[in-house]
Amino acid sequence: MKNLYDLIIIGTGPAGMAAAVTARNFGLSTLVVDEQRDLGGQIYHSLENARPENTFALGTDYFYGESLIRSFRKSGAEYLPETMVWNLDENHNIGILREGKAYQLKTKHLLIAAGAMERPVPIPGWTLPGVMGAAAADILFKVNDMVPEEPVVLAGSGPLFLLVACRLIDNGVKIAAMVDTTRFGSYLKSLPYFPQALRVASYLGKGLSMRWKIQKGDFPIFQSADNLAIYGADSAEEIHFTSLGRKRKIHAKSFLLHDGVVPNIQFTRLLECEHQWYERQRYWKPVLDDWGNTSVNGVSVAGDCGGIWGAKAAEHAGRLAAIDIVYKQGGLSAEEKILAADPLIKKLGREKLIRPFLDQLFPPSCHALVPSSDETLVCRCEEITAGQIREAVSLGAISPGQVKSYTRCGMGPCQSRMCGLPLAEIIADSRQVPTPTVGHLKIRPPLKPITIGQLADLELLK
Amino acid sequence: MLKRLHIDQQQKMLKIEFEGKTLEVRAGETVAAAILEAGAEYTRTTAISGAHRAPYCQMGICFECLMEIDGVPNRQACMVEVQEGMKVNRQYGVRGLADEKLV
Repeated sequence: MKNLYDLIIIGTGPAGMAAAVTARNFGLSTLVVDEQRDLGGQIYHSLENARPENTFALGTDYFYGESLIRSFRKSGAEYLPETMVWNLDENHNIGILREGKAYQLKTKHLLIAAGAMERPVPIPGWTLPGVMGAAAADILFKVNDMVPEEPVVLAGSGPLFLLVACRLIDNGVKIAAMVDTTRFGSYLKSLPYFPQALRVASYLGKGLSMRWKIQKGDFPIFQSADNLAIYGADSAEEIHFTSLGRKRKIHAKSFLLHDGVVPNIQFTRLLECEHQWYERQRYWKPVLDDWGNTSVNGVSVAGDCGGIWGAKAAEHAGRLAAIDIVYKQGGLSAEEKILAADPLIKKLGREKLIRPFLDQLFPPSCHALVPSSDETLVCRCEEITAGQIREAVSLGAISPGQVKSYTRCGMGPCQSRMCGLPLAEIIADSRQVPTPTVGHLKIRPPLKPITIGQLADLELLK
Repeated sequence: MLKRLHIDQQQKMLKIEFEGKTLEVRAGETVAAAILEAGAEYTRTTAISGAHRAPYCQMGICFECLMEIDGVPNRQACMVEVQEGMKVNRQYGVRGLADEKLV
């Protein structure tokens, strides 16, 4: 570690690794930090330690990451795993915590490649042990060679939802039911984007083959499901829902929820980068130029934390961001930059073709946005219900920040990572105004808990 | 709560202490996965109602896996690798002060 880098990258997913490789090709001193132990982000998580027995279930898209990881390892970028970023400021100071010790570093340019997270699904009972995100189950498979206790219910929709279901099938996991929340209306709404999606037929082919595998499975599939609720005493026991007008109840040991993924904007919010609301998928994302530059000088974003486009798009975006950073630091002329970027811009454009279709087909479900029952917990940490949020709104708290002051919603250890999106949706729904107009919670340092002792012992690298 | 897919004999195992009991766990595992696979059912109780909670995200977002690891409360157990002799307890309610050496 040294005091000043040309480039510091947060995240070792496809965007972060690709950016590091490019930056190193042009000789930039590059530091890459990631809070996980293993390389690859979530998509290629623990690829270097993958068990040969799991090759089939992990699939070729997963092992596509192998060559990128190899070039990253050879790139000469300094890489710090298990390193948590707890502060960033507009002067490009970066506070990290590594092996229990806090340091402050400085970079000429910062690239945030922090990826995505599963959209929280606040339904009754989602806090019970035995309920987790579908992507969480997938991480357990990749990292720990584990699957959820059987039988398993999968409830939700989205491309990743299908992928997780297929991996469970490939692993021989007993599935009690697949509760598909995709609405029939969404199929119609996605039709206008179908011709464009046909241009990247390989993605459509993958989607169809996943559907086919699920259809062939020896478990019931409930279409157009709604009114999801999970019940149990100390742990989850059964899920209730309606499907095609009929009420259903399914017993299981594990319940996997999924409703798409959203950008991780904790870093860009902390830096007060300008953000925009993406209505189709109902999430916030930083405003970026074609090279991933944010509104804050010397801070770029690449990959899904700038909007959900998928792993391959993230890789191209990472390279493009790095090319621009190299150019800004004098490593490329304007002409060389365009020459280097041109093929990447074309590839990125192609990768983006499928997304409008997917975004229309799998919009977030109503129950993930605004829980209908007042008893549903929204803030898992401070145990604040939808009813308490509505009550605060009726008392005059009209923004997420005010509701936070009234109720402590968003004040717990997760610092609103889980409740931030539903909180704004509930406020907007109560006030009958568009969600982006109610604003968002302010994100402050430390981004993750750090002890007073660690902070007092902070080492400023000189 | 979790089931291991493959069991191999040559796998390096190590011992950790969970709630005072010794557990034999696979080296390289995260603390959260190891104790849930061993049948722990939950990782923490909430600060408000004392409800049981278990990890929701497995990637450092949800903070439901908070545990006391080697005397330090509120650690994210899904992000910490098991080590020989590690002492792990559930995080019961609000965390206390860390057992930190005041240098």
